[in-house]
Amino acid sequence: MADPMRIRAQASGDKATVRVLMSHEMESGQRKDSAGKIVPAWYIQEVSASLNGKAVMTAEWGPAVSKNPFLQFVVKGAKAGDKISVSWKDNKGDSRTDEATVS
Amino acid sequence: MKKHIKFIAPALIALIAGCAAVPSGPELDKLAADIAKASFRDEGQAKVDRLVQDDANRECAAADVAGKPIDEKVAKVIEETNLKAIKWPSDGKFLGDWKEGEKLAQSGRGMTWTDAAGSENGGNCYNCHQISKQEISFGTLGPSLYNYGKMRGVANPDAPESKAIVEYTWGKIWNARAYNACSQMPRAGHKGILNEQQVKHIMALLLDPKSPVNQ
Amino acid sequence: MKRLALAIGIVVVAGSALAQKSASDGIAEYRAMLQDGNPAELFEAKGEDLWKQKRGPKNASLEQCDLGKGPGVVKGAFVELPRHFADTNKVQDLESRLLTCMETLQGFNAAEIAKTPFGKGEQNNVTALATWIAAESRGMKFNLPNSHVAEKTMYEVGKRLFFMRGGSHDFACATCHGDDGKRIRLQDLPNLTKNPGDGAGFAAWPAYRVSNGQMWGMQLRLNDCYRQQRFPYPLFGSDATIALGMYMGVNAKGAESIAPAIKR
Repeated sequence: MADPMRIRAQASGDKATVRVLMSHEMESGQRKDSAGKIVPAWYIQEVSASLNGKAVMTAEWGPAVSKNPFLQFVVKGAKAGDKISVSWKDNKGDSRTDEATVS
Repeated sequence: MKKHIKFIAPALIALIAGCAAVPSGPELDKLAADIAKASFRDEGQAKVDRLVQDDANRECAAADVAGKPIDEKVAKVIEETNLKAIKWPSDGKFLGDWKEGEKLAQSGRGMTWTDAAGSENGGNCYNCHQISKQEISFGTLGPSLYNYGKMRGVANPDAPESKAIVEYTWGKIWNARAYNACSQMPRAGHKGILNEQQVKHIMALLLDPKSPVNQ
Repeated sequence: MKRLALAIGIVVVAGSALAQKSASDGIAEYRAMLQDGNPAELFEAKGEDLWKQKRGPKNASLEQCDLGKGPGVVKGAFVELPRHFADTNKVQDLESRLLTCMETLQGFNAAEIAKTPFGKGEQNNVTALATWIAAESRGMKFNLPNSHVAEKTMYEVGKRLFFMRGGSHDFACATCHGDDGKRIRLQDLPNLTKNPGDGAGFAAWPAYRVSNGQMWGMQLRLNDCYRQQRFPYPLFGSDATIALGMYMGVNAKGAESIAPAIKR
């Protein structure tokens, strides 16, 4: 399984700002290696986030997103102690889910 | 075939950690040289013989370590030695094509261990110098060369009155140490970084009245 | 919300001194945007796990590793390295000291790890460990002891190596890092003959390099410096690299460490 994400979620008023760092090569499929061969595409295609088990965000990513992507979004109605869960799935079928508590 | 050199010879350990006092200047110089020798290996085209220092490099580095300017007499010898080593254009023509010169000035490729041996080297010029007005990505390690020929009144590089500047410029690019013993500028021709034709192109970039440098 | 790849739009206007400023400003803006969510954190997390994990032929963790402030003391260790260690009777920097601990505590072969190329095998673990250990000193000021005779000797050796000119281009470290206010292309160069200021030079590595998506410790930073100087290949953890670290670290006394940082 891939390396864990780093998730920080900070509540402020009735919103929480969630920051996620994902560990992923994000190969676009356009690069060539030193031998001249195309490095195969390998990138995250789907991202989803949920608050206390309820889906709050989904995203479709593509090869334009860079390596070790940083994602930031704001969730309404989140307060300290709530659970944020973020998942991703890539074009090879690999996936990863990590959780964090809103502080 | 990579040579693997041990990190540190036992003698050096004894010298570094066994002494009661910090070694003297000359002892430190020797220690540094020994450590340098033991700390590097060949990789690609970059061989350990690149650490062998000529007089110019050794004297200039010593002056820097001492924090003093190099002795004038020593500097003169370095300049004369390097001046004598300059190879002038084989056909007497000093200028090539400024468009090729700009490409060479933009390129920083060559001579590292990730560059294929024998591949074409760039001049690295923009790393240190402003050259044309259009290129804003330039370094400040060397003086600006913008309007180089124009500022020196070189309206016609072939005219007799331009000869001195033209020759100085060639000499400077070929072997900068001929005019400034401890110049930080690489000796492009002397060290085989650029060949005669390439130097001619850079000459044109700087001196051709039509070059963007002189607009 | 997507964060696009390095295609940040920096508007470049050619032609005037004003243009020069806006390009530099644009790049500074770009760097500021990168600060939030430094991928170095991924390496920090990995390094912290590796410190505590039982690994190697001896199936032991690194929690007893002495980084200079006593076995297991990590906080503040980074800003006092390189330093002399009694058990090896050598001046060591962070990465060579990690090799010592990985060998003595965990049974790994230090020489083998030193020969392993960057980005492969155990070298990745050394990088992650170095990243986390540096993070544990973030915000602290460099304060190398520089008291043991071996430390003072290595400082002097480092100084000589710093000014040593060589390679096809006659470059020394000092060629680029010997003066104030200079830059190569548009990359500002810290003056490493003295304290270049908080978070600059020695105080900015390990760092995550966005341009190639790699985490670089000081060993790799020096390695690539030498490559660009057209020098031959410096051995990992060699005395030359440690001496240079000693020179830069002592010169940086009082500078605040921002490692692990983020670079273009």
